[in-house]
Amino acid sequence: MSYATQKLAEEKVFKDPVHRYIHVRDQVIWDLVNSKEFQRLRRIKQLGTSYLVFHGAEHSRFSHSLGVYEIVRRISDDVFHGRPEWDESERLTVLCAALLHDLGHGPFSHSFEKVFNVDHEEFTRAILTGDTEVNGILKKVSSDFPGHVAEVIAKIYSNKQVISLISSQIDADRMDYLQRDAYYTGVSYGHFDMERILRVMRPLDDQVVIKSSGMHAVEDYIMSRYQMYWQVYFHPVARSAEVILRKILQRAKELSESGYEFQQPPTHFLAFFDRSFTLDDYLALDEGVLMTYFQLWINERDPILADLCERFVNRRLFQYVDFDPGTDYKKLGELSALFKKAGIDPEYYLIDDSTSDLPYDFYRPGEEEERLPIQLLMPNGDIKELSRLSQVVDAISGKRRTDYKLYFPAELLIDGKKKAIKQQILEMLREGGI
Amino acid sequence: MLQEHARIVDFIATAEGVTGRKKLQKMVYIMKKLNVPFREKYEFHIYGPYSEELTARIEELCDMGFISEALEDKGSYVQYKYAVTDEGMEFRQAVAASIPKNPEAAALLNAKSARFLELASTLLYFDHLKRDEQIAKLHSVKGKLNFTETEIEEAYRFLGELAQLKLA
Repeated sequence: MSYATQKLAEEKVFKDPVHRYIHVRDQVIWDLVNSKEFQRLRRIKQLGTSYLVFHGAEHSRFSHSLGVYEIVRRISDDVFHGRPEWDESERLTVLCAALLHDLGHGPFSHSFEKVFNVDHEEFTRAILTGDTEVNGILKKVSSDFPGHVAEVIAKIYSNKQVISLISSQIDADRMDYLQRDAYYTGVSYGHFDMERILRVMRPLDDQVVIKSSGMHAVEDYIMSRYQMYWQVYFHPVARSAEVILRKILQRAKELSESGYEFQQPPTHFLAFFDRSFTLDDYLALDEGVLMTYFQLWINERDPILADLCERFVNRRLFQYVDFDPGTDYKKLGELSALFKKAGIDPEYYLIDDSTSDLPYDFYRPGEEEERLPIQLLMPNGDIKELSRLSQVVDAISGKRRTDYKLYFPAELLIDGKKKAIKQQILEMLREGGI
Repeated sequence: MLQEHARIVDFIATAEGVTGRKKLQKMVYIMKKLNVPFREKYEFHIYGPYSEELTARIEELCDMGFISEALEDKGSYVQYKYAVTDEGMEFRQAVAASIPKNPEAAALLNAKSARFLELASTLLYFDHLKRDEQIAKLHSVKGKLNFTETEIEEAYRFLGELAQLKLA
């Protein structure tokens, strides 16, 4: 028996709060789960700083990755199995891609990637195709297998159905994270009838379509997604923590480049400061490492780095106000000048942040849209785009919602010297001046 | 503040307007790959490298009134034309003053068709591969477009020309 088809003597199961059980029969999948690169995902939280708002949200990318694998396993083994439009030989490729799709995520990915201008998807590819335990396991299937798995995750694989299962407007990744994040945050949004959606998914030509009888379950899924984005993922307080995190990393980089002598040198970050990092440097980082630095840097001599770290560790977050950059950008300049006069560095203490979401979009003829729509399979075999049939989805299709916030340390503006300037700043921030 | 928005406004102003969403996507991607500090994250989509963040930023800039979006009917298809408004120029003056300009590169990119930029950006997306592997990959993901050897050669020559400009 080849390694690709080798089964475990007994099925292994992981108890899971979302899917009840995650089933593993393939030796390849079991070996991948036990690789050090996959185990590292236990030390990276799925929702970054959201645990500072939703205290239950401590779950990891490890559990999410297993969840995506389980959904794809069920689609492949139960729903698509035996259907002539599905290529059974893709089974192991799509299972491995599902399990490993987030492998390149780093600690607090969003902030880390912004500050150091790196891309977790490039690290995913590097882990799959470089000198790693994961690569060694995948190569035992065949020499070109690591490349195939990497291509699925990068959305450049030849079989588009396989890509659609992992990455599309209705995919296993999103179906797992919506439910998992809802469970761990404790919110009542994010729930939808996944069983129903899985039962009505069909492989067809270059895509995966949904039988029209499942339209209402898909509507529910899209509304769940919409609510989760605005209630959980874009929560303004979690974004405040993200802002501080970004500024900690930015400050550490700036200090290092200026020759500042750290009491606790940023050893793990140096290769990222000068962009000489290797894959091993990246894999050596996790959220435990970052939090240790933040704890130690609370005692640094640099007052900005020490303060930002203290804020992040002890959850003394920035306050925020709404602002409209289209009309308020000039006032931002004035505010920035006032912050300097007040002795508060605006680069680190006056930060604008925007976030936006497009809940669902579809291809309009003649435009250069890049999103594949959700297609419904009608009883007569015709295909219709979801929003043409669903009034609920039509109401939110193509409508982007954007939120702008301005973050600042309110308590620094209340106490201490230069009260008149600080009062002026507070008035601008709080009385509609901005 | 608002530096990432300002970079996009500045680029469109430097290019003296851009026609086509796909074209704008590929122009920014190529500039980014040539180390111009655009921060928008790109992934591979239907037409090659595509940034959801750039799409969002453009929509935001249109909402702010800094960029105008006009629909041009080309007969068999429609295209969006993007230009910086007077308010956008004022914003650029106020916020984007320190951003390095690359007018020559912007003009070179803008003179090319969306199809050509799709080809060039796709080759760049696979720049971690050897040249023959890049071309094989191009044909694999863009088979329907039937890029010719001449077009591919021209794309490499064009990318080489851009690289010589030492973009800031």
